[in-house]
Amino acid sequence: MSESNSTIVELRLPTHLGYEKVAMSTAASLAKLRGFPEDRIEDLKTAVAEACINAIEHGNRLNEKLSVGVVLRAESDSLEVKVIDDGSGIKKQPAKPDIDRKMHGEEDARGMGMFLIQALVDEAEWVTGLDGKSSYVRLLIKLDKDAV
Amino acid sequence: MQSETKSRVDQVTAPSGHPVVVIRFEGDIASTSKEAVLGAYQSLPKETTKIILLDFTGVDYINSSGIALVIQLLIEAANAGQKVYCFGLSTHFTKVFTMVGITKYAGLFATQTEALAAL
Repeated sequence: MSESNSTIVELRLPTHLGYEKVAMSTAASLAKLRGFPEDRIEDLKTAVAEACINAIEHGNRLNEKLSVGVVLRAESDSLEVKVIDDGSGIKKQPAKPDIDRKMHGEEDARGMGMFLIQALVDEAEWVTGLDGKSSYVRLLIKLDKDAV
Repeated sequence: MQSETKSRVDQVTAPSGHPVVVIRFEGDIASTSKEAVLGAYQSLPKETTKIILLDFTGVDYINSSGIALVIQLLIEAANAGQKVYCFGLSTHFTKVFTMVGITKYAGLFATQTEALAAL
């Protein structure tokens, strides 16, 4: 399956933990169709899952009346993912997790999602919606990690 | 939606003669896995359990909440003077565990045989 134009796939997920796996599987299938190598697909899966979990837990605050939008856009050399929720966005980036502080009880054992997203994709940005809602995270992962 | 996490505890002996407890996980490791991860660990007798192997061979999906449970297990084990090692992680999750620093507190091995040989 060879495609030169961009392809868009959209999903609407229930605000319920576990449904991040639907977005994860869809992103993986799209990346596979576009010829992404296995290691990049694994990076993408974790980043998309963590972005959806953040949207479900923090953006939509587990409110099952809301949904999480996921828009995947595959280009010839990259895949962009937007995960949209009804939250007011992120006020400030959390500090990089510190395993020593976690082990000594000085930092919550949780709080690694954003770190993993940033570490695994080529670009990650958190955008606050103009109306204080419809905030999203945009991820970009390149087919070739070393491409300029 | 998340597949239920199962865990099973086995007792083995390392070639060096050390008794070792293996906690084998199966399914997803996520926020719903507290009983399977921490419950399984907390059911071990602290006085006699000195070395613990975590078997991830049957695990396909681990998210940050699941990693946090593993870290909580490591904290409790460190406080009890126990050593913890992991094996059976995929290449990707070996990278993720390394990224978050777990390797500083739990050695990673490809297989149970390799882990036991190192003890």
